[in-house]
Amino acid sequence: MHLLPEDQSPWIPNRQAGVMSLLRPLLLDVVPTIQQTAALALGRLANYNDDLAEAVVKGDILPQLVYSLAEQNRFYKKAAAFVLRAVGKHSPQLAQAIVDCGALDTLVICLEDFDPGVKEAAAWALGYIARHNAELSQAVVDAGAVPLLVLCIQEPEVALKRIAASALSDISKHSPELAQTVVDAGAIAHLAQMILNPDAKLKRQILSALSQIAKHSVDLAEMVVEAEIFPVVLTCLKDKDEYVKKNASTLIREIAKHTPELSQLIVNAGGVAAVIDCIGSCKGNIRLPGIMMLGYVAAHSENLAMAVIISKGVPQLSLCLSEEPEDHIKAAAAWALGQIGRHTPEHARAVAVTNTLPVLLSLYMSTESSEDLQVKSKKAIKSILQKCTYLPALEPFLYDAPPNILKHVVGQFSKVLPHDSKARRLFVTSGGLKKVQEIKAEPGSLLQEYINSINNCYPEEIVRYYSPGYSETLLQRVDSYQPLAN
Amino acid sequence: MREAMATLARLQARSKAVGQQYYFRNSVVDVFRKKENDAAVKIQNWFRGCRVRAYIRHLHRAAIIVQKWWRSYLSRQHYQLVVKLAYYTMKMNLYNEMAVRIQRRWRGYKIRKYCFDYFYLKEYLRAVTETNDAIRDALEEFAEMKEREEKKAALEREEKKRDYQARKMHYLLSTKQIPGIYNSPFRKDPDPWELRLQKAKPLTHQRPRVKQKHSISLTSWLACTSNRSFPRSEILPPINRKQCQGPFRDIAEVLEQRYKPLEPTLREAEPINELKEAREDLRRQEWIRNVNDNMFLPFSSYHKNEKYVPSMHSSSKYGPNSYGCQRFRDENPKKWICPKEKETRSNMDHKNKGQVNTSLIFM
Repeated sequence: MHLLPEDQSPWIPNRQAGVMSLLRPLLLDVVPTIQQTAALALGRLANYNDDLAEAVVKGDILPQLVYSLAEQNRFYKKAAAFVLRAVGKHSPQLAQAIVDCGALDTLVICLEDFDPGVKEAAAWALGYIARHNAELSQAVVDAGAVPLLVLCIQEPEVALKRIAASALSDISKHSPELAQTVVDAGAIAHLAQMILNPDAKLKRQILSALSQIAKHSVDLAEMVVEAEIFPVVLTCLKDKDEYVKKNASTLIREIAKHTPELSQLIVNAGGVAAVIDCIGSCKGNIRLPGIMMLGYVAAHSENLAMAVIISKGVPQLSLCLSEEPEDHIKAAAAWALGQIGRHTPEHARAVAVTNTLPVLLSLYMSTESSEDLQVKSKKAIKSILQKCTYLPALEPFLYDAPPNILKHVVGQFSKVLPHDSKARRLFVTSGGLKKVQEIKAEPGSLLQEYINSINNCYPEEIVRYYSPGYSETLLQRVDSYQPLAN
Repeated sequence: MREAMATLARLQARSKAVGQQYYFRNSVVDVFRKKENDAAVKIQNWFRGCRVRAYIRHLHRAAIIVQKWWRSYLSRQHYQLVVKLAYYTMKMNLYNEMAVRIQRRWRGYKIRKYCFDYFYLKEYLRAVTETNDAIRDALEEFAEMKEREEKKAALEREEKKRDYQARKMHYLLSTKQIPGIYNSPFRKDPDPWELRLQKAKPLTHQRPRVKQKHSISLTSWLACTSNRSFPRSEILPPINRKQCQGPFRDIAEVLEQRYKPLEPTLREAEPINELKEAREDLRRQEWIRNVNDNMFLPFSSYHKNEKYVPSMHSSSKYGPNSYGCQRFRDENPKKWICPKEKETRSNMDHKNKGQVNTSLIFM
């Protein structure tokens, strides 16, 4: 029988109805090959378009499929499971329709079949159904799919392992209870064993599953860590496949996010260096989880932020900030830099030395940056500036910063200058004092107080010398001067 | 008696003078007497005063002595208290000073050892750097190893491909008479392909793949549909089989038993709900057969009041909330016909109009 090719699917609804009614009797044909091919055709139709999938549902075909799924041979089972997967992948409503016609129990029975192809098709269908939302996932779990999926993971066929891992990932991503159910079935140990598998797509799914489990709570993250994934996971960060790197850094990020102890564990295992190298070797969205991981680690405590700094994280992050074109990645880099630099003057100095502060300022001031980017860069600048005592980095800010940031900059100067004579000299020679005199501030405001405290560090002549309009006053004195008569 | 009377008369005459004399003499004496009296009073006054003063002096001295002794007694007591207090204060200051020294040392030690150990931190950061370097080296090695393995695998694949090609082109090998294309006489050395062709073994012809006959498995129920069919298998039983032992039934009886036609009970043959089952059967047949499920209606006006069946995407419990409005009673000003800015008097109740409009639209 000639299969309907994918591009020739009917667009007009009338013709859809026609095709479904034509295929329907073929599903009950005497010859098994015809049944299988009809099911395959239905599957391909439903796969292409969600209107067609809806037509499959409305054509009342699903109950028949489910009924015969329980009885027929493995080719038919594969084809029928393909149809269910194709229908269920489009939207939650269609997936709910599949659940309503009782397909879940039959699919779970198919998971116990001997043929790995049948298991793969059933696991794929279950995964796609569970992907949409927590209720559907719960329905899949209630049908008893999870222990069978864990058994499927242990099978020798790589394709089956991939699909089972992807299904477990889709189930556990919605809520902590579902993730706990997956963990209770003993999935973590098997998933952790397979990290060393050379197949790239399998690694993607495994890392994704582990990160979906670990993201919900501290206990789950600790359980994932107890499966001894470190330092093996770090080798995945060096994989050739981009998505393996991305998923590995996502996993590390989800673990580091929860508590300082977990971040400490990752730092002690050398994870920070591996992530920094990984950031350096990829571009675009692949970098994003790595950048966020550095931010989370640095946010917990100042020792961890110092560990990030000595692992040479700051130059890498400032590189990301300047060369990435997309705003959300820049925003993440700005946030991470802010978390690193906000703890103590040492940290702020380490960030300021790499010349990132002007870049952050320009991102904040530019009208093209998105609102999120502006907010994050402003916060980062503020938090770094409040601790920064590295004056050479602060000086450019005197010239082109907006007033709300200028206030902080002048405040920092007023804190440092009274105590450091060399800095005072440098401040004068570099023209900073002149600039400070030119700043107009309302009397009584905080800015005016800072300016006054800076002026108090210097002798009056110099302050007068640099105040604007001094040359005019001098010339006026020349005008009004009477030379002494001999 | 006359003398008495004379004396009396004389006395009476003299009484006036006596009176006068008396007065005169008293007054002289009186003057003097007053003076003398005053003097005597003065002297006595002074003397009494001296006497009293002496007495008072004496008393003063005695009082001074008493007070002196009393005051000295009190002051000595007070002095002892003061000394005690001063001593006590001195001791306490000393203790405080010593305690401050101890506390200073202890606090410094505690902070430096337990709360924030600077050297430990430095050690830790150094250890972290070392681990980082070690991990970086290990990962580099791992990456290199992977690359090497990949290159090796690629090379092997290339080798296999070239081997296969050489086997296919083995006939291009040079013979004694004719030098092959890779063995041109103008070359110094033969091309490496020549050597490969020499080593290659020619391919054999591909045997035509035997088409798998669609074998009916022994358990397939479709095989036994006809009355006289027998489940067939590809493999015939072996010829030289041991004779089965035991008494056997007559073959005609066996065949008769095996191919006896079905004799259903009355319940099966003429069921009570035959009509219902016949209807079900018809329905199933129609489901299989029909191309168009809709009933045939004679006039086109019958189709006009068809109920609208909304798409599944917008009709289930996951559906419409994300599709248009947030809540059922939401007003959507973009869908209003009259814009809200025109607050003219004629549009005083434009709010009502707006609601009517939206309800019309969402119906």
